[in-house]
Amino acid sequence: MATNERTTSPGTFSDGLVAGIVTEARYVVGDSVVMAWRNLLKYRRSPELLLFSTVSPVMFVLLFVYVFGGAISTGPISYTDFILVGILVQTTLFGSTQTGIGLAEDLQKGMVDRYRSMPMARSAVLAGRILADTIRNVFVVYLMIGVGMAIGFRFHGGFWPGFWVPFLVVGFGIAFSWVAAVIGASVRNVETANSVGFVYIFPLTFMSSAFVPVETMPDWLRPIAEHNPITRAVDAGRAMAQGGPLVDDVLLTMAWIAGITLVCAPWAIWQYRRVS
Amino acid sequence: MSANGEAIAVHDVCKSFGSVHALIDVDLEVQRGTVTGLLGPNGAGKTTLVKILTTLLKPTSGRASVLGFDVQRQARQLRNVIGLAGQSTAIDELLTGRENLEMVGRLYHLGGKVAKHRADELLDRFSLVESADRQSKEYSGGMRRRLDLAASLVSTPQVLFLDEPTSGLDPRSRLDLWAVIMELVREGTTVLLTTQYLEEADRLADQIAVIDHGAVIARGTASELKKRAGSEFIMVRVLEKGMLPQAANVLLRFSEEEPQLDEHENTATISVANGSSLLVEVVRALDAENVVISDLGLRQPTLDDVFLALTGRTAEDAATSREGESVDGD
Repeated sequence: MATNERTTSPGTFSDGLVAGIVTEARYVVGDSVVMAWRNLLKYRRSPELLLFSTVSPVMFVLLFVYVFGGAISTGPISYTDFILVGILVQTTLFGSTQTGIGLAEDLQKGMVDRYRSMPMARSAVLAGRILADTIRNVFVVYLMIGVGMAIGFRFHGGFWPGFWVPFLVVGFGIAFSWVAAVIGASVRNVETANSVGFVYIFPLTFMSSAFVPVETMPDWLRPIAEHNPITRAVDAGRAMAQGGPLVDDVLLTMAWIAGITLVCAPWAIWQYRRVS
Repeated sequence: MSANGEAIAVHDVCKSFGSVHALIDVDLEVQRGTVTGLLGPNGAGKTTLVKILTTLLKPTSGRASVLGFDVQRQARQLRNVIGLAGQSTAIDELLTGRENLEMVGRLYHLGGKVAKHRADELLDRFSLVESADRQSKEYSGGMRRRLDLAASLVSTPQVLFLDEPTSGLDPRSRLDLWAVIMELVREGTTVLLTTQYLEEADRLADQIAVIDHGAVIARGTASELKKRAGSEFIMVRVLEKGMLPQAANVLLRFSEEEPQLDEHENTATISVANGSSLLVEVVRALDAENVVISDLGLRQPTLDDVFLALTGRTAEDAATSREGESVDGD
């Protein structure tokens, strides 16, 4: 019988506290990997999601470079070099909304009821979701850098700073995945999660240094853009890729990542747990 | 584990959502290896009770346990021994049938090899082998339900919870699913199922608890409940409508109440205390009066009659009157 081969579940105190914690940790990791595998498989099987996460970012790179590239002056660096990091950040943020949409879908369709009736780690539903979206973001970021390099993007800031750009961008995306998770667990409806995502990501990315230099914005908008965490992340990434002073921006970006995660991760977990 | 053979024990369980009382002092005992049917209209509280027993909801007060594991204090152990097939089929449409089952196996920590093997077993058992590697979004409604039920059996649970297992299925798929459930019971699985179909409870359940407005209002075997609805019925169908009054006159001799006449169906029905012994006499009397009959029957009260006797309204009326105030979606 299959039942007999099952590992003892944690919480039976016979195997001791330490062993219990180790088993529990193994379950959290193992179950998260299973959930991530499932979510990635769904990306592969669903053409519109695949299109959304790969073709449209590439299209964005091409459109911005060729349509706006001639009209926007970005000083000493070329518009291609300027825009690519901006689009990397924007794409990762749009990708992060999938975390909320996927979570809302599972809640809406009753998948979570089954998961919660099983002895799996409860946190694995959220963690697996975020892990899958992170893996997808890594893939998309490298794809876009590849496309960018094909049309003239170059790293001018040296190897190591450039090497860390994808990590910064993806890390920033993870923080926003938690924001989306809060939304998904609260609204529990795919359509709502989708539209709420657009409502905050669009203004946030456009009122930042992602597409145009902040100095070109009107006086009332400039302070908003300056304090926008996306401006910090984009400026940090840009300095890493193209050279220039970067310590302040990198530290600020990391502070934003930590701050958003510290607030939104517990909040998302709490929202998810009160589902019933 | 409880020694006395109880698989499920519920004592004084109440559940409130704000000011709405979804369950009021519910007591329920389910013996191992038996099937218990929770029968009730929409919004009666059936799903709430299943959610409490499967650790999805916490009771507001009272105690509940499955195989001796307390739903609140020993939730993790409890989850190891139960299976749940909820109202909405919890399967991933973009995954194949096989992938769905393997994923559930891995989440039960069966290990990759065992999970694969178990998936194969269940696909075979539920006649899904041919479509095992197709995405389950291509499955028919009946196939989805079978896959969902298969997923709830991956860990070979000792106690199985089925929340309206056949709602929305065509009659043929319903019969198929009933056969599968009966087979599980023969193998010793304890089953708690909720249903709005009186026929389903009659067919599958050893014990029925009737739930209305969050409270258990009656319990017993199907035949015990039927007795509470009163006596049996003798139904006579005449060949021509003209003979109906004559038939009614004959029937009047056997009953204190007026026969019920149905002029569309050409039937006359009386309720009697001991139908089987009277049936022959009824035929003789009708024959003596030259009433030609096309059909004659002794009818046990249905569970619909039971619901009417218990609540003063039919199950359908009860469901309609509670629409819009459903708190748990059942």
